[in-house]
Amino acid sequence: MGKKIIGILEQREGKLKKVSFEVLSLVSKLASQLNLNAEAIAIGYEIENLNEISKYGITNVTHYKNIKLGLYSSSAYRELIINHAKEAEADYIVFPDTALGRDLAPGVSVRLNAGCIVDCIKVDSSFGDITAVRPVYAGKALIEVKLKSAIKVLAIRPNVFKPVMTDKAAELNITVKDAALPDLKARVVEIKKLNGKLDPAEADIIVSGGRGLKNPQNFYLVENLAEALGGTVGASRAVVDAGWMPHSDQIGLTGKTVSPSLYIACGISGAIQHLAGMSSSKYIVAINKDKDAPIFSVADYGIVGDILDILPALTKEIKKIKI
Amino acid sequence: MNIAVCVSHVPETTIKVKIGSDGKSIDPFGITYSINPYDEYAVEEALKTKAKFGGEVTVISIGTEANKETIRKTLAMGADKGILLKDDSSKDSFAIAKALTEELKTQNYEIVFFGKQSVDYNNAITGQLTAEFLGFNCVSFVIRLKIENNKIIAEREIEGGIEVVETELPAIITTQKGLNEPRYASLKGIISAKKKLIHEKPALQTENLTEIVKMYKLPKKQPGRILSTDISAVIELVKLLHEEANVI
Repeated sequence: MGKKIIGILEQREGKLKKVSFEVLSLVSKLASQLNLNAEAIAIGYEIENLNEISKYGITNVTHYKNIKLGLYSSSAYRELIINHAKEAEADYIVFPDTALGRDLAPGVSVRLNAGCIVDCIKVDSSFGDITAVRPVYAGKALIEVKLKSAIKVLAIRPNVFKPVMTDKAAELNITVKDAALPDLKARVVEIKKLNGKLDPAEADIIVSGGRGLKNPQNFYLVENLAEALGGTVGASRAVVDAGWMPHSDQIGLTGKTVSPSLYIACGISGAIQHLAGMSSSKYIVAINKDKDAPIFSVADYGIVGDILDILPALTKEIKKIKI
Repeated sequence: MNIAVCVSHVPETTIKVKIGSDGKSIDPFGITYSINPYDEYAVEEALKTKAKFGGEVTVISIGTEANKETIRKTLAMGADKGILLKDDSSKDSFAIAKALTEELKTQNYEIVFFGKQSVDYNNAITGQLTAEFLGFNCVSFVIRLKIENNKIIAEREIEGGIEVVETELPAIITTQKGLNEPRYASLKGIISAKKKLIHEKPALQTENLTEIVKMYKLPKKQPGRILSTDISAVIELVKLLHEEANVI
């Protein structure tokens, strides 16, 4: 028996999330580089898109299925993963670095006496083992980290490792295990949705608004542009602290760190704490009336001008190419 | 209720990071330290919990003599006593969680608060690790908390929503911004904090499971193009995003 790597798949409302395919792609890549046996674990009730996983190069998946597991339970999920990992003699476990993954990975690591690296944005396996890169000081610096433990746990940041489909169609082998009597010491009893919008941490395009919008009634301009682009809305700390937007939209050091393909900062001056949270975006656009605003130092494209005039014009132009 | 809060003493969020001579940490020269911002929510929630149920709030921090400044601040906010687990090694989250567990298990704490993450290494795992070492239930990233008898109902922030979690004491709660408004220390608080005790004891020494190979900064980005100083460049911007950047 060779060594083993296990990917943990995350489902919400009976559907695997995009980050689950990112986990699979990385697991599949590491398996071929380090010559590991790869498999995946999904925990939930009915999971409608479980069949899709073979497209990402993984053919063995265990589905722990029970109606009580549809919603997350840290205790139940943890015990299932630990027991599975012990039985399978896992050497590597890869989690999605989400609210679920970051909650779950530490407890699993403790019980397997495994070191754990969260928020990985790069994983390298060139010396027969893995090193991971992750941001520290909210992105002001990066560290390269190695694990000294026998079993190694990683959690990967969503939206960074691209899902890669394989060209060869493989036969999927799903083992369904009834997880009867799950350990529900800590259990989710309800999910309250926030207006169904995509979370900034998982969005590919983010349009963020700041104090330059002058008052909360103008925030619809940011929302309209985000909608036209198929993206989601973010906010600066100033407008969150002023109560215009919820904290879950805040980008920056005491909010979310994001890495979308496109980040449009509207009326945000770019305090160092904000820049830390978004400067790893692939393309950054800044619109601000102050030509000396620090946001322009990280922007690929900038327009100096009044956000209240520019946003509607920009939204209109975007709509033209989107049709 | 017997309540504990674990706090860290970290570089302020406004610092400019410069890599130190070891290539594995930041250059501490000229850096000012203070209480980790997320830990202030933890302290505030501990004080509110005490106000409702009575009991005592103990603040625990691992580090050097300098951490006393942060402990003193929490005592000024209203915590009853402080414990400094003295340590001058650089511990990873696992070693910190083990050392905290060693201390926490000596008292019968019913609830322990942690800030959801420290603003230096941003791991956001120490609370969960400690819960597992202690055998406590745990809810992380909490933005609303209700305790009734033995039961906890906590709301935690997740992607695009909020999860309502139920569990029982004893538990560890890690606090997210939004949970409360941390109080300022009153003058009376600051004066009485000087009389409160900070116990010192050596922190448990264990091996780290992670090793930082190097710390570095991304090469500074070339400043981009200012397309115009008025509305005229909107069409050009859309064209660039569509054709050059290829992101829309």
